[in-house]
Amino acid sequence: MSARSAIAVLAVLAVVGLLTFGLLSKGSSGIAVGEVAPASSLPRLEGGGNGSLADYRGRWVLVNFWASWCDPCVEEAPELEEFQQRHGDAGFTVLGIDSRDLSGDGRAFVRRFGLTYPQLRDGDGAFAHDFGTTGVPENYLVDPQGKVRLAVRGPVTGEYLEDVVAPLLSGGQS
Amino acid sequence: MKPRLAIAVWVGVAIALLSIGVLSAKAATPQTSLSEVSSEVMCPVCGTLLELAESPQALRQKAFVSRLVAEGRSKDEIKDALVAEYGTEVLALPQGSGFDLSAYLVPVVAFVLALVALAVGVLRWRRAGESRDREQPAVPTGPSAEDSERLDADLARYDL
Repeated sequence: MSARSAIAVLAVLAVVGLLTFGLLSKGSSGIAVGEVAPASSLPRLEGGGNGSLADYRGRWVLVNFWASWCDPCVEEAPELEEFQQRHGDAGFTVLGIDSRDLSGDGRAFVRRFGLTYPQLRDGDGAFAHDFGTTGVPENYLVDPQGKVRLAVRGPVTGEYLEDVVAPLLSGGQS
Repeated sequence: MKPRLAIAVWVGVAIALLSIGVLSAKAATPQTSLSEVSSEVMCPVCGTLLELAESPQALRQKAFVSRLVAEGRSKDEIKDALVAEYGTEVLALPQGSGFDLSAYLVPVVAFVLALVALAVGVLRWRRAGESRDREQPAVPTGPSAEDSERLDADLARYDL
């Protein structure tokens, strides 16, 4: 191969590599049921310090991605709080992830609805990206082993939580 | 108190009050505007410039920027506040460090390489032209010996 051909091949490979890198870094496939949920460390929305989904290993966790500017999240929040009041204990918790939101707005949202379950802050949306979310709200039920058992792309209702999520918790299936 | 001293005291107090007024007014004077900032930052949810976005998240972000503008914060301070909230992807322009630096370096390197390639191409083209000139046989400047002989013969024939 002549030097000129080698340079041309290298140039084409460089362009293809750059395009592939761009696609891979932007793309998001979405986590599937049965896969291990991401557990990055995130700052707490209130109180300072960091928290992670891994802190709740051994418990069922309903990971709820939300934002204060999202209207369906406004309807969903009271339902989640009610479910937390009814089922939240050593074996289960809702974990709120305030995603791509202003921290002040997020804290005001938590106060407005009197949310008592733990809240983490995902300002740049990186954690939501790891889950492959397409928007807010989205909910993922993670079992005590850290695997995703349910994925709901959209808001959940109290009825859904009681009919679908609660039996899994009480059945202790994992 | 002597009249001159009293006047000096009053002038001093007036200057002090005026200075405080000027400083407080300056602190609240906008140093930038919503449109200026929103043309340089992104709406992270929409993936477009904030100035083009009208989503609920973008409206909250614009309100946040407007609040900081009203507080007299500079454009850089507001951008820093946005980065603290949304991360570096909120900036429309790539940063001058890390992988983002390639956004500035690659065009410069490509331009320099193109210039070098152009210069090399021109040099090769000129050299090829010169070697072609050297290889070509010299163009005869006068008549050949045979022609000269024939010319002489013709001239002799018509010599008057």
